[in-house]
Amino acid sequence: MLIIIDYGVGNLFSLSSSLKSLGVESKISDKKADILHADRVILPGVGAFEDAARKLRASGLDVPLYEVVNDGKPLLGICLGMQMLFDKSFEYGEHAGLGLIPGTVRAIEHDLQSVSLKIPHMGWNALRFTKPSPLFKYNKDSDYVYFVHSYYARDCAEDTLAYADYGIPLTAAVGKKNVFGTQFHPEKSGTAGLKILKAFSEL
Amino acid sequence: MNSLTKRIIPCLDVRDGRVVKGINFSGIRDVESPVELAKFYNESGADELVFYDITASFEERKLFTDILRQAASEIFIPLTVGGGINGVDDFDRVLKCGADKVSVNSGAIKAPGLIAEAAQKYGNQCVVLSMDVKRENGRFMVYAKGGRVPTGLDAVEWAVFGERHGAGELVVNSIDTDGVKDGFDIEMLTAISSRVTIPVIASGGAGCIRHFVDLFNAVPGVDAGLAASIFHFKEVSIDGLKRELKNNGINMRI
Repeated sequence: MLIIIDYGVGNLFSLSSSLKSLGVESKISDKKADILHADRVILPGVGAFEDAARKLRASGLDVPLYEVVNDGKPLLGICLGMQMLFDKSFEYGEHAGLGLIPGTVRAIEHDLQSVSLKIPHMGWNALRFTKPSPLFKYNKDSDYVYFVHSYYARDCAEDTLAYADYGIPLTAAVGKKNVFGTQFHPEKSGTAGLKILKAFSEL
Repeated sequence: MNSLTKRIIPCLDVRDGRVVKGINFSGIRDVESPVELAKFYNESGADELVFYDITASFEERKLFTDILRQAASEIFIPLTVGGGINGVDDFDRVLKCGADKVSVNSGAIKAPGLIAEAAQKYGNQCVVLSMDVKRENGRFMVYAKGGRVPTGLDAVEWAVFGERHGAGELVVNSIDTDGVKDGFDIEMLTAISSRVTIPVIASGGAGCIRHFVDLFNAVPGVDAGLAASIFHFKEVSIDGLKRELKNNGINMRI
């Protein structure tokens, strides 16, 4: 069973509905036992990094999450859930992430050269694949997916699967062994996004 | 290089569980089931959908959340919900039913602190400040309650205030051009979008494909075009519109 981790952050309705539409059985849960018995896990998230990271730790659900990863089961972090996979974030200070993928999270504004581009990076942008991944086995290069974010992962070239052009290459998807992350929202990316969730459910 | 696309957004004004569209906010005509229409737009390539309860702020009615929930469970593109949003509780209510963004209009005029409060709780990306704007003695002024009540607020200043307090996006609806189908309000949109850095959605006045081409060419600060009746009555098809925009050099998700 696929478990969507509920640690009090974000909108889980669409994610759950999109999996249902694919015929993938899933459950939203805040129970450690459910996560430990999951065959795969999604870590969602929207909002501020510090708040989300604190809630995840306070819920104690980070503990079974590490176990799931150590057991080799697939994990997918979405949006802020992806950002939390990294070592740390510089969103309003400096905050530790889960450290599952090497890299840091920085304000897009910090690196963006073009002043004509807006923050947040919001809307549909094209995926540019940097290496093949089973997560994208049903997708093609330049499929459009939906982004909403002001911070992005960097210093993670080795584990980057795809980026999107926005003045600078913004990390769009990462993968390291069984740990995956998408900065965009597959559950809000129409058919292209559903293909990614389907591929994840088959890993 | 920037590959972010401009967006085309059909707006479904919902009243009593049906999609309606008026001319200059009156003379309302019934269209179709919101859920069926939303599904149709999703399949036609709409980049996003907006659901507005057009009378909620006036008659203090709550949105029909079951319709929202049903639409959100079948459509996997971003969904913005507005109408009758007066407090954080209202954000909570529609987000739980599958909305991704919540649009505040009269509620923020009444209590401007709501913008910052909601942004803090749900993130800026979730807070859309929607404004109905009308020319008045050479200035652009904000109207409340579905465009019926003058507020004395200057639209440019209100937009800047909204951004500074955490709105993640602006919907600018021109009362002067709404329903008239003579093109978007380029002058108003230029005045407002040049003063903010958050995404701006243009609304009011779309009558044909050319109006969208003109909008995106004339106002680079506009990120999306929103329309209702021309899509509802199939005068313009979304896929046809997007293809034509792309042929005119405007980046689109096809």
